[in-house]
Amino acid sequence: MLQFFLRRIAVLIPTFLGVSLIAFSFIRLLPGDPVLILAGQHAMTPEQHAAAMHALGFDRSLPVQYLDYLGNMLQGDFGQSVVTKRSVLQEFFARFPATLELSICAMIIAVCLGIPAGVFAAVKRGSFFDHTVMGTALIGYSMPIFWWGLLLIILFSGILQWTPVSGRIDLLYYFPSVTGFMLIDSLLSGQKGAFGSAVSHLILPAIVLGTIPLAVIARQTRSAMLEVLSEDYVRTARAKGLPPFRVIGVHALRNALIPVITTIGLQVGVLMAGAILTETIFSWPGVGKWMVDSVFKRDYTVIQGGLLLIAAIIMFVNLIVDLLYGLINPRIRH
Amino acid sequence: MIRKLTFAAALLAATVLSGAASAKTLVYCSEGSPEGFDPGLYTSGTTFDATSRTIYNRLVEFKHGSTEIEPGLAESWTISDDGKEYTFKLRKGVKFQSTDFFTPTRDFNADDVVFSFERQLDDKNPWHAYVAGATYQYSDSMGFPDLIKSVEKVDDLTVKFTLNSPNAPFMADLAMDFSSILSKEYADKLEADKTMQQMNQQPLGTGPFQFVAYQPDAVIRYKANPDYWGGKQKIDDLVFAITPDASVRVQKLKANECQIMPYPNAADVKDLKADPNLQVLEQAGLNVAYLAYNTTQKPFDNVKVRKALNMAVNKEAIIQAVFEGMAEPAINPIPPTMWGYNKDVKDDPYDPEAAKKMLEEAGVKDLSMKIWAMPVSRPYMLNARRAAELIQADYAKVGVKAEIVTYEWGEYLKRLNNKDHDGAVMLGWTGDNGDPDNFLATLLGCDSVGTSNNPAGFCNKEFEDLIQKAKIESDQKKRAELYEQAQVVFKEQAPWLTIDHSTVVMPMSKKVEGFVQDPLGYHRFDGVDLAE
Amino acid sequence: MADTSIKTANEESPLRRVLAEFWFYFAENRGAVIGLWVFVALVLVAIFAPLLAPHEPYLQYRDAVLVPPVWQEGGRSAYLLGTDAVGRDILSRLIYGARYSLFIGIVVTTVAMVCGILIGVIAGYFRGWIDTAIMRLMDIILAFPSLLLALVLVAVLGPGLINAMIAIALVYQPHFVRLTRAAVMAEKSRDYVVAARVAGAGPLRLMFRTILPNCMAPLIVQGALSFSNAILDAAALGFLGMGAQPPTPEWGTMLAEAREFILRAWWVVTLPGLAILITVLAINLMGDGLRDALDPKMKRS
Repeated sequence: MLQFFLRRIAVLIPTFLGVSLIAFSFIRLLPGDPVLILAGQHAMTPEQHAAAMHALGFDRSLPVQYLDYLGNMLQGDFGQSVVTKRSVLQEFFARFPATLELSICAMIIAVCLGIPAGVFAAVKRGSFFDHTVMGTALIGYSMPIFWWGLLLIILFSGILQWTPVSGRIDLLYYFPSVTGFMLIDSLLSGQKGAFGSAVSHLILPAIVLGTIPLAVIARQTRSAMLEVLSEDYVRTARAKGLPPFRVIGVHALRNALIPVITTIGLQVGVLMAGAILTETIFSWPGVGKWMVDSVFKRDYTVIQGGLLLIAAIIMFVNLIVDLLYGLINPRIRH
Repeated sequence: MIRKLTFAAALLAATVLSGAASAKTLVYCSEGSPEGFDPGLYTSGTTFDATSRTIYNRLVEFKHGSTEIEPGLAESWTISDDGKEYTFKLRKGVKFQSTDFFTPTRDFNADDVVFSFERQLDDKNPWHAYVAGATYQYSDSMGFPDLIKSVEKVDDLTVKFTLNSPNAPFMADLAMDFSSILSKEYADKLEADKTMQQMNQQPLGTGPFQFVAYQPDAVIRYKANPDYWGGKQKIDDLVFAITPDASVRVQKLKANECQIMPYPNAADVKDLKADPNLQVLEQAGLNVAYLAYNTTQKPFDNVKVRKALNMAVNKEAIIQAVFEGMAEPAINPIPPTMWGYNKDVKDDPYDPEAAKKMLEEAGVKDLSMKIWAMPVSRPYMLNARRAAELIQADYAKVGVKAEIVTYEWGEYLKRLNNKDHDGAVMLGWTGDNGDPDNFLATLLGCDSVGTSNNPAGFCNKEFEDLIQKAKIESDQKKRAELYEQAQVVFKEQAPWLTIDHSTVVMPMSKKVEGFVQDPLGYHRFDGVDLAE
Repeated sequence: MADTSIKTANEESPLRRVLAEFWFYFAENRGAVIGLWVFVALVLVAIFAPLLAPHEPYLQYRDAVLVPPVWQEGGRSAYLLGTDAVGRDILSRLIYGARYSLFIGIVVTTVAMVCGILIGVIAGYFRGWIDTAIMRLMDIILAFPSLLLALVLVAVLGPGLINAMIAIALVYQPHFVRLTRAAVMAEKSRDYVVAARVAGAGPLRLMFRTILPNCMAPLIVQGALSFSNAILDAAALGFLGMGAQPPTPEWGTMLAEAREFILRAWWVVTLPGLAILITVLAINLMGDGLRDALDPKMKRS
């Protein structure tokens, strides 16, 4: 097991270096001049321009910049945002909890609805229920989520006025950020109505972000379940006259869940991609929106650092999934 | 972390207590995150709204709703006869804000003024580059490092500025955001703690509101400064709810999630005006949008071609489609609200037939050209792309084939620094200080040829003589006459299609009282109240 | 999925029989057939767009700005689905938009598939350091969320439809590489390959004539998936302002342009999105049918 673990990590190191090189070189290839963007329409002399480029470190040779960058990174320094002049790491962690909270809630919605729907669809294969669930799942899977988000906003925030338009909590509530998760912080604050307000702000973005994972999980659960239900041991269990609930719930589901867990792990990348769109639509102050804004502002260091941090997180989650899978299913180790 | 928690707990206690006395909270749906909280380092209005206009003061201030100067932290001043020495008498007993992160032990004095300017001017000052990559761009672009010879403390409440040459706009420059006064005592403490970065994150000034907390991309919280020298504000808490999407801002305003917002979509204005709970303030903006022909290039070096193209465009249609009528067609390069505006200049009429004929006369056949459309929305041009499409369709009617090109914003401006850029460029300008010189010389003077300020490459002797004369003339009436003549020359030469002067629209709840629109486009909340 | 390769393409079975068999299984899935018909209809709409569209997609009717669809009060019969902010007919723009979406799907899928298969075959056949290098590179690409990587790539290349397609194709091809490599490795040691090699077939012939046709099934399924995802991602990039540029009637771009009218003119927001959904749904239905028809496991059950 240890060997398997070490091998996985060893593979990650060159990948991570590659990721850092790609992030670095993209940024150098970007057209546009960060200094001019900062100056806006204010005229600048060539000397002032050169001084500003120097201050940002863009006047040195590329290999030197890359080595510097790697060296600083190993000390946990991802540089300063060109726009805000704040540390990229600090900016990232100021926003990451918002994205994490949103993603976790989206995933909870996806898992809690997707697995039961998939199981029942498999058990009642061919029924009306099965067709409805699978049809809905396919629609969800085909959904342009940026449009889906706009529709929900029109309906629930515009016409029905059930949910607030954007933000994480009603601004009248103000309490210290302890965990960075608004749901938990609002409970800890003890202020009346705060938790409800946080939930009402979170619910639409979480539904939008959870839509595609929900569809994928429902479909995956159904097919994994179908496969397991046709296995000999399930047939045997059935033949033995065990109650259907026991057969499905204990024997079949436990085995069907193995591939589903892998699927859930793989959805992390999907969630991050979805977060870019969802956060943009709902003005959710998370990492995805931050990246989009930075691309438009040509905030070089932020794009570079953000790409790297996000890739690192995805790699880390995938590693965990791999290891878990290795634990559950020893065959994979070789 | 633990320290942060205790701060937070103290804040919490404070808000709960003030909450008991039914605190008045004004929520402003701002259009973006501030870049930082030290106004010296940045140039955007969004940042100034969140910093210099709330937290800080300057030696002199713009009067509310005007571009006139009034005393600020300086009570009075004298200017030497040669115009090179400015001596300021400072206001006594002004307190810096007491916050959870810093409690001042002394009042505002001359040291603070000297510090605030020296850090910008002297590149050996430890505060000159206290954040990596920082530059004092606004100060640089106003020429302060070359202009100011020294800033000296005469006594605790007297400061003397010595200039290298006389400069009439200097007083106005001191009212601008980058001239905000910071606390030297706070700076010294941060320097001693080796946490100089905090200056840009936990700001402290003498202004009407003091900083409480900032959550990036989400919210900035302020509370009224109880010790403000101009008297405590009527609202207790000021909250900036950062909402970059204009349609979301409108929805939040309608839902009373905020009480005031800037920059609505033109499409929503009619609807906002119809809402019984809202009021919509309007003010002619100090701006202009234009399409500049590259006059150094064939066939745009021919006045006839430029005139013909001007006549081909239906401006009214642009104003309808882009601004929903919330703008007026521009005739001159300066807005009508500015002194020196020439009312007698007539616009080129919209007449495609005549335009077609003129092009033929000029010997231009099958012209194909580029129209540059800005990638960003600006108050003077909300949707350059859409305007360019309309112009493209109008040109097609007179047989001119136009291709719309656009580049990322920094790239766009950079390419304009090249004199030989191709075709006609859409751009605009918002005034810095209300002087016609800030438009006519900055955008059309010979000195600006080859910069993005003058994409027309316009340098006309007659025009240049007039504006240069006006620059050194001290009698405003005579200046106005000179500028009026310059506008006649401009219209004859037609280096631009003058598109529009947009109207600045501020929708807000009917409960908001005392909000005054700023001609320079900033948003100030001192003096604002909320009715019960 | 990698182990689902089949040998329907055996030399002795005539092509027609294979197709007939394929159609038999495909047609069993009713959704897939519906998807196919919708898709065919879309292709026809795209091909005959100039004939079908009542107006030019770029033509601005200045007297008809933001006209609602015909069934709503204020609608006009000249503009069945209404007009946008500068008076362009939405139905016509949607019809022309079908061209862009299908074009995006075809180009992205072809480029990603061809490049992915080439690289995958090379990796799977030669193994060794080439394989390691290629697979590391693919790991690197897959380490980024696809949309984020595409977004930054487009920022590097410059916003535009072609660049968006290049970026998306680049982001998709690792999936084809992995699939091909796995299939090639599985097939390489099979008897028929060994026999061909003994018979003196060169590596090129071996790779592309002998091995590849037997690994096509999962690749085709992945291709259908890429097709629909490419349309979604291109629309998302357009929505973020990084894909096709206005006034191109690309659906995502139309949606981005329409966003400011969300409160006032529901049709400019709703209709382009609906068009995307229908197209993607049709392709995904077909993709499911393809998978069922090509997957022997499903056939058995």
